[in-house]
Amino acid sequence: MPKMNLSHFEAAFLFSLFTSVVMGIVTKSNDRDRLHYGIYTFACFMVALFGLGWLMYFGHG
Amino acid sequence: MAVKEKEEKQPAVPIGAWAPAVALGWLIPGGGHFLLKRTGRGVLLLIAVTSMFVCGLMMRGYMFQPQTGDLLTTLINVGGFVGDVAGGILYLLTVWLGYSQPDVAGHVHDYGTKFLVVAGLLNILAMVDAFEIAAGRKE
Repeated sequence: MPKMNLSHFEAAFLFSLFTSVVMGIVTKSNDRDRLHYGIYTFACFMVALFGLGWLMYFGHG
Repeated sequence: MAVKEKEEKQPAVPIGAWAPAVALGWLIPGGGHFLLKRTGRGVLLLIAVTSMFVCGLMMRGYMFQPQTGDLLTTLINVGGFVGDVAGGILYLLTVWLGYSQPDVAGHVHDYGTKFLVVAGLLNILAMVDAFEIAAGRKE
C-alpha cells in the first residue's frame, strides 16, 4: 500500500470534498438541490478552513 | 386554548422492504442505492466513501479496537470501532488482508484515523438514505 503524506490543507480539502458529496446526495430530494447543497457544504468547509487557519495565524502573533 | 398538534404517524414499513437495501448498503457503500435502481447516486456514494477510506489507509490511519476503561476511553474506542466497522467490506478487507495499522503519532496518521472513521459514518448516512428510499419516504 503506497503511503500518502498530505499537508493539513490537503487533508482537510479532501475531507471536505468527500463529505460534501455524501451530504449533498443524502440530504436533498432532487438533483438540482443536491448539487446546490453539495457546493454550499463544500464552500462552508472552505470558509471554516481558511477562517480558522487565519485565526490561528493571528492568534500565534 | 391549548392547541394539540397531531403528530403524523408514518406507517411501519415491513422489514423485508428495506433490510436488503440497508444490509447491502452497509456491505458495499452505495450498494443499497444500486439495489433500489438509483445508480447515479450509488456510484457517487461508492466513489466518495471508498476514496475517503482508501486515503485513510494510505495515510496509515489506525483501526480502533473496542477497548473499555474510563468513560472517555470507552467512548473514543467503541465509537471509533463502530465507525470503522460501518465501512462494510472496506473494513473487512482491511482487517482480513492485514492492512490494519498500529496507532502511530503524527498529524498524517491522525488524519488517516479520522478519514477511516468518517468514511464509515458517511456510509451510515448512505444507509439511512437507502432506508428512506426503500420505505417510500424519499424519491
